[in-house]
Amino acid sequence: MEFKNHICVQNLNVYYGKVQALKNISVEIPDKKITVIIGPSGCGKTTLLKSFNRLIDLMDNVKATGKILVDGEDILDPKAEVVDIRKKMGLLSQKPYPLPMSIYDNVAYGPRIHGTKGRKELDQIVEYRLKESSLWEEVKDRLHDPASRLSVGQQQRLCLARGLAVEPEIILGDEPTSALDPNSSQRIEQKFLELKDRYTIVVVTHILRQAKRIADYVLFLYMGELIEHGPAREIFENPKQKLTREYIQGSIS
Amino acid sequence: MRGKRAIKEKAARYLMLAITGLSGLLMFIMVFALYYRSRPILALKPLTYLLLDTVWAPSRGEFGFLPFIAGTLWVTLVAVAIAVPLCLLTSIYLSEYAGSRIREWSKPPIDLLAGIPSVVYGVWGLLVVVPLIKDQIAPLFGKFITGYCVLAGGIVLAIMVFPVIIHVSVEVMGYVPQEIREASLAVGATKWQTVKFVVLRKALPGIVAAVVLGLSRAFGETMAVLMVAGNVARLPKSMFDPAYTLPALIANNYGEMLSIPLYDSALMLASFILLVVVLIFNIISRMFLVRIERRIQ
Repeated sequence: MEFKNHICVQNLNVYYGKVQALKNISVEIPDKKITVIIGPSGCGKTTLLKSFNRLIDLMDNVKATGKILVDGEDILDPKAEVVDIRKKMGLLSQKPYPLPMSIYDNVAYGPRIHGTKGRKELDQIVEYRLKESSLWEEVKDRLHDPASRLSVGQQQRLCLARGLAVEPEIILGDEPTSALDPNSSQRIEQKFLELKDRYTIVVVTHILRQAKRIADYVLFLYMGELIEHGPAREIFENPKQKLTREYIQGSIS
Repeated sequence: MRGKRAIKEKAARYLMLAITGLSGLLMFIMVFALYYRSRPILALKPLTYLLLDTVWAPSRGEFGFLPFIAGTLWVTLVAVAIAVPLCLLTSIYLSEYAGSRIREWSKPPIDLLAGIPSVVYGVWGLLVVVPLIKDQIAPLFGKFITGYCVLAGGIVLAIMVFPVIIHVSVEVMGYVPQEIREASLAVGATKWQTVKFVVLRKALPGIVAAVVLGLSRAFGETMAVLMVAGNVARLPKSMFDPAYTLPALIANNYGEMLSIPLYDSALMLASFILLVVVLIFNIISRMFLVRIERRIQ
């Protein structure tokens, strides 16, 4: 498989105070593919993901060195516009967190913030994105109900729609199915597979079977180090590193 | 041996139960006692007269409470109008913008404000606020006054309710899950947009509760206001008029002039009104706080 790259990480180090969470990571994330980050808990998966949209900035005492190039622009550069970087990436978190407003307003939130005002235009965006995340049929008659009334699985699809509404290029998922029931999880996975011709998708997961089902490309992190990365088939069928092999066989977790 | 220990155990338990019950009942006893003692005046004058008449002349048998009720409301509202915006901005800064170090260092001094005896605020008001109003603020509006007025009371009170409002607001904003901020930031919202559209909205009932708690403290505050607000039993018409608040009325007059018929009962009624209003404020804020805790979980 040939890969074109979308995100290029160069010598990334992230420290929380004195603790180093990521150690000299260099890797390229392929364009319009599903990249899955696997590894035991605490290995830095989420930190790597949240470096991509600079959400690590929210932590106290965090320091990042190195470069993360997205479309050739270094997003760790202090001069980079954080707002523009984040707009490029939709985020799905571990648990869905709808904003405290209606279903409609959740999807319209991003476009409104970026200056879309017209009612018609917003209506179109909301409908289109809710369809894109397969939620439209279930909510079209109650768009103005509070989002908190949806089921958890629906909320996660709503969060997807909210992220897609700002027309990102990249979708980041931080264990996006960990709070969902098997059925809802499957719908999200299915969604990712459908969306990957148009978006670069990066998903953190601790569920190996999920990784096998959806991954085109795999990163294996262990204790803050990138142990191995490569096309999914190679990593799962023929890992080069002993640690990777052990993790995939389930002897470390 | 064993029986004795069992008896002691039981005795201790019931003693504590009785004491706990007593302190729980105290509230009701006080409400009832105040009501009971204010009955003589309630029996002679209609309540609407007492609450709405503007003439306070006990020696002539006239007991219109409106000047005091209005004075209390004026001072309280001025205090809240000053305190709410300042407290809100402070709380937002502490909760959303400040690093953990600033937060840790600035919280104790703010909380300590709550522990300063109110007479100290009164003295400070006399020394600083009253002259400031007399010499600087009132002349700006073309008024030449002593400085003892609604505004002086309001400023001093505002500072006294700072810690209550800030403390509760920061706490409530802390309940808002971090991930919901991330959700907003992740679509490219700025921090301020996130605060405005998400954090404040989510924390609103709690902030209302904080303000109501502040109100109830301001409403009942006695000493500091008594020292700076002027204490003239007339309806205040502007911020620069003197005001006489209900707590100041009680504190200034109870124990004196009680030979005047009904005076004692009138003051009891004032206390009764004060207690009931503060109770209502507290219940409202409690309800809001319970609601926000439930909603966020």
